[in-house]
Amino acid sequence: MARSVAIVGTGQTDHKSHRPDVNGREMIYEAVTRALEDCELSIKDIDAIVIGNMDHFESINYVDTWSVEGSGGFMKPIMKVTTGGTTGTSVAIAAYYHVASGLFDRVLAIGWEKNSESDTTAAIVTCSDPIWDRFSYSGAIPSLATEATAYMQKYGATQEDAARVAVRDRTHALNNPHAHLRKPIKIEDVMSSPMLAYPIKLLDVCPRTDGACAVVFAADGVAQKIAPRPAWVKSSAVRHTYTWFGDSTDYNKGLVSLQEASSEAYKQAGITKPAEEFDVAELYLPYTYGGLKWIEDLGFCGPGEGPQFVAEGHTDMGGKIPVNPSGGVISTNCIGATALLRVAEAAIQIMGKGEQRQVPDVRLAMATGFGGCFWSDVVILSAEKP
Amino acid sequence: MDSIAIVGVAQTKYERRKKDKTYYDLVYEVTRDALEDAGLSLDDIDNVITVSNDFLDGRTISSMAVGEAAGGYHKNVSTVEGDGAFGAFYGAMRVLGGFKTTLVVAHSKGSEGDMRYVTNGMFDPVYQRLLGLEAVSSSALQANAYMEKHGVTEEDFARVSVKNHGNAKNNPYAQLPMDLTVADVMQSKRIADPIKFLDCSPVSDGAAAIIIASEEYAGKARTKPAWIKGVAHCADAYFIGDRDLADPKSLRDAAQRAYGMAGIREPLEEIDIVELYDAFSYMEPLWLEGMGFCDPGQGGKMIDKGITTMQGSLPVNPSGGVLSAHAVLVAGLARIIEAVLQIRGDAGPRQVEGVRTALAHGINGPCGQSHCVWILAGNM
Repeated sequence: MARSVAIVGTGQTDHKSHRPDVNGREMIYEAVTRALEDCELSIKDIDAIVIGNMDHFESINYVDTWSVEGSGGFMKPIMKVTTGGTTGTSVAIAAYYHVASGLFDRVLAIGWEKNSESDTTAAIVTCSDPIWDRFSYSGAIPSLATEATAYMQKYGATQEDAARVAVRDRTHALNNPHAHLRKPIKIEDVMSSPMLAYPIKLLDVCPRTDGACAVVFAADGVAQKIAPRPAWVKSSAVRHTYTWFGDSTDYNKGLVSLQEASSEAYKQAGITKPAEEFDVAELYLPYTYGGLKWIEDLGFCGPGEGPQFVAEGHTDMGGKIPVNPSGGVISTNCIGATALLRVAEAAIQIMGKGEQRQVPDVRLAMATGFGGCFWSDVVILSAEKP
Repeated sequence: MDSIAIVGVAQTKYERRKKDKTYYDLVYEVTRDALEDAGLSLDDIDNVITVSNDFLDGRTISSMAVGEAAGGYHKNVSTVEGDGAFGAFYGAMRVLGGFKTTLVVAHSKGSEGDMRYVTNGMFDPVYQRLLGLEAVSSSALQANAYMEKHGVTEEDFARVSVKNHGNAKNNPYAQLPMDLTVADVMQSKRIADPIKFLDCSPVSDGAAAIIIASEEYAGKARTKPAWIKGVAHCADAYFIGDRDLADPKSLRDAAQRAYGMAGIREPLEEIDIVELYDAFSYMEPLWLEGMGFCDPGQGGKMIDKGITTMQGSLPVNPSGGVLSAHAVLVAGLARIIEAVLQIRGDAGPRQVEGVRTALAHGINGPCGQSHCVWILAGNM
């Protein structure tokens, strides 16, 4: 029988565009140390570790064995789980199963990336098939631009609608001392930023960040002794359905992988009205148009209603369902850590440790991951043990 | 631990170069064959673990290329990057954690890259990579340390190569079945002292898949289940200069924990066969020491006494081992598959009589930095 599992501690670096003061292992060590401090454990208490990043960004093969001096994996079970942008949620879900299996009581999940050491787009381009896809696939931004254009065409959404998402997330980031981009912006700033691939402008997309995140998962019976208010994993679901970019999106249906993953996770968790039932959502929104369209796929509002839902302030702090109190991916994007940061931030909200970015009395929180070939992961956390 | 079992297995024949197939063709082939072996359909599989490595595949997010071929469409999936024994372990955890059946599939095409560059990438980019350290040269350091500490000889290592390539003659999937003599190995080209050409595993193309099922679902498969009695992994220090390369202590830790789960006290008496990760011939005696089959330094003697031959009391690598086929990542999963076939009694000409308990083993990182040990048995 699967055991109940909770998050009992989180740690993250103070994210920056360039961390020349530390190497990858030292940066991981910072996040791990903070996570252990957060739950008052020592590395000796950790039974196993799961780590993830993207190989070609730092060009390290076998990151699990490379990391041990920073991750604390010396003479411990450690394995690497990696799935592109969704790596962080994949690592979190793997840590969950390590504990749920009954084999390990306290497991550390680590996501990290040192983007300053990589040519991110050059590396991302190689995810596409070398013969059939690579000649036309030019990285994350153009493929998202296609999705955005189709969405605008279908529902009449505007570039200003999208800009509102950037303004919201960047405003929220002002409350998060760990966030990378902490400078207030206005809609005009987004609109006047350089066009990258129509309709995506510089301030519509995430930055490249150096950073790491670590999260401690613990078993029922152990978790309650570590944390006064653990964040229980209620359900998770993953859809990495597509292999070919031509198959990856159905522009009439929306982001199918997110629709499927969220409906499975909601069903397991008994959620029928997400916008009413969730107190907060930490969503992997690498670009602003996702903040319009993907909240429809999550069922926060109906198809085409995303722009209005955001404009009416429902996703702001104090709104119906605050989205990304941390500032989200648009403010911080250390890729292998990005989706784990969503899980960590959702847990922080449940544990009541959000300080300035805390949403009052969070009982149910959602985190998502996005990446690969328009893939989606969903993790639901709760203040109540499932 | 709840009772879970491996109920379906499949592997391709391992070859130097599979020119006619992409690696996702190989993944499709073994996925289909593992389902057929188990007598299950894709609908019976509720989650998939793929095993891949971006360096080997020359692709970022290498899992993206195989999800569809592995039947991951509309399913919960994830990807372990590392040896298949580790990927299978995550697959097993998912069954223990609530899924019914996990399909685990690993692939690699060594022919499409240069293993020296791929394995050089394991080493620290600042301090070690420029020294030219890669799999062969670092393993040569380990072989030397082992010989130096315990007086094991190059001839001892050569006997492993003779035995395993000979065993491979009984394995239709093996790449290098060979009749060799110790003299052949000793006279083969010196690659990195003391490692010679015939002490090395080959570069291979291949794929393998297994299906892990909960107790309830194990009954739905048509195969005799191979029950997972114990599995554990552990990593040593990263810098090889920080390690005693002649003392595989992370293997000892993993093996002892796996034995503890399986209730094994005397591994030499209680385990009937071993399939271990012999990427180089010296690894077999060294890993046998780490697994506790003999005292430190006595691994060479186990080989010399014939204990590890097909006729011995503990046959090691009846399949021919990694020396006879080394599709990286796949190799650890292949060890598990061979152990399953031995337990089922389905190993054909390489079958050892009366196998009830088997050990399978995989490694990650330079010089066996990280080990994963599996104990499988015919009895629940």
